[in-house]
Amino acid sequence: MTTWADLLFLLVLVLDLFVLASSRLRAGIRAVAAQGGLLALLPVVLAGPATETRHVVALALGALAVKGVGIPWLLARATRESTVNREVAPLVGFAPSMVLGALGIVVAVWYAGPIPLPVPGKHPLLVPTAIGTAWTGLLLIVTRRKAVGQVLGFLVLENGVFVLGLLLSDFMPAMVEVGVLLDLFAAVFVMGLVMFDIQRAFSSLDTEKLASLKD
Amino acid sequence: MLFTALQLAAFLVLPPLLLGVIGRVKSRVAGREGPPLLQPWRDLLRLAGKGAVYSRTTTWVFRAGPVVGLAAILAAGLLMPLGAPSATVAFAGDFALLASLLGLARFVTVVAALDTGSSFEGMGAAREVTFSALAEPALFLGLVSLARSTGGLDLTHLLGDGLAVAWRSDASSLLLVALSIFVVALAENARIPVDDPATHLELTMIHEVMVLDHSGPDLALIQYGAALKLYLFGALVVKLALGARLADPAAAFAAFLAGQLAFAAAIGLVEATMARLRLVRVPQLLIGASVLSGFALVLLLRT
Repeated sequence: MTTWADLLFLLVLVLDLFVLASSRLRAGIRAVAAQGGLLALLPVVLAGPATETRHVVALALGALAVKGVGIPWLLARATRESTVNREVAPLVGFAPSMVLGALGIVVAVWYAGPIPLPVPGKHPLLVPTAIGTAWTGLLLIVTRRKAVGQVLGFLVLENGVFVLGLLLSDFMPAMVEVGVLLDLFAAVFVMGLVMFDIQRAFSSLDTEKLASLKD
Repeated sequence: MLFTALQLAAFLVLPPLLLGVIGRVKSRVAGREGPPLLQPWRDLLRLAGKGAVYSRTTTWVFRAGPVVGLAAILAAGLLMPLGAPSATVAFAGDFALLASLLGLARFVTVVAALDTGSSFEGMGAAREVTFSALAEPALFLGLVSLARSTGGLDLTHLLGDGLAVAWRSDASSLLLVALSIFVVALAENARIPVDDPATHLELTMIHEVMVLDHSGPDLALIQYGAALKLYLFGALVVKLALGARLADPAAAFAAFLAGQLAFAAAIGLVEATMARLRLVRVPQLLIGASVLSGFALVLLLRT
């Protein structure tokens, strides 16, 4: 079972790099959806004999519904309604941002070992994946100009937090996790509304234009 | 001994057929019949029967290019295990020589292209060198990852017995390496996401534009060398992907050839379904391949 978990973590990280490198927002949304789907599989694969089956299934289904289907659908809708379909000029180019992301992941893999965690017997790739994914999300938020790209970054960041949360899923009641997923959904919903407003005010989703706002 | 001779014979005869398979798969996916499998061989023989035309501005460098290039690739073929239990020549660190020989072949092609003084060929040469400089780290990092996980330093061990064990212990890293080397194979052999071998528009092509001035037997040598190079990269990918060790050498050889066929079919499918990337996107693809290889190496070093 460990190799399946290995493969899942690796795919999550490779998707991180893919999102960093893709200039088409549609492809980025699809990649984030795929990442959400993979994350939904993770609790199932990582489940030990001690974990509660019902809890694991609830977590997996919740993650799949929200991260794999719901939010990507919302975002895809938002890009279809607006006219933007590709990121033109990010603040950091696609290749450099991919290299930066890879460096972050390498650092995460290298230094995740000594971090003291309350949970013994964790998967060796879990913490590096969590930190690497969060770092990718941060990079996306900071370097992308279009609002959709930044929302994608937020989602990737949240995916990293979700992976880290898997460490504690044995202690956390399912209600808390459902609440977190709901929060995420609400956040993306609000962001969708904000995107709609930016689009209406500037007829573009470029957040740089927000700087030119004067009263 | 028998299998060493057999693998060398296959190395000399089969590569143009691989091109034929790619063309056939491509046509089939597009709903056409496609050229016969032997067409690349016929083209080579036709070209070999023609006379060569040399521009007055060219020097011996231009004439030496195709010959040295083919010789380097043939020598590289001796280092690679091509279906037999071991490579024809094997020593510790020969994977570096393999990469250098392929680099030498590219270097003489580039120099021959520059020797013509044509602006188009200079452009193609610049592109070829840029992209291969980006593809090389991916190849080397991949090979070093293999060396790390199998514990061998020559290609026979790198792609031989140790792989079956390695696939069991660190499958995920090897998968990344295989993916990365497949991308390198596409780039190095001027296949579609990077370069279109069928195009004849000088502004967009890379490899083809460098050999515009070669004619007759010289062009035949270059095309034959390109086919051999494809076969070499195919061997790298197939050996890596097969992984398992077959005790019977005949079965192993058959599996290897079937793998090459599948490799050609995979390239045909990629070519039929993808469009050529814009030139500015190609470095991203190759850097991505390097990143994957490097990532595999980091994972292997950590454990």
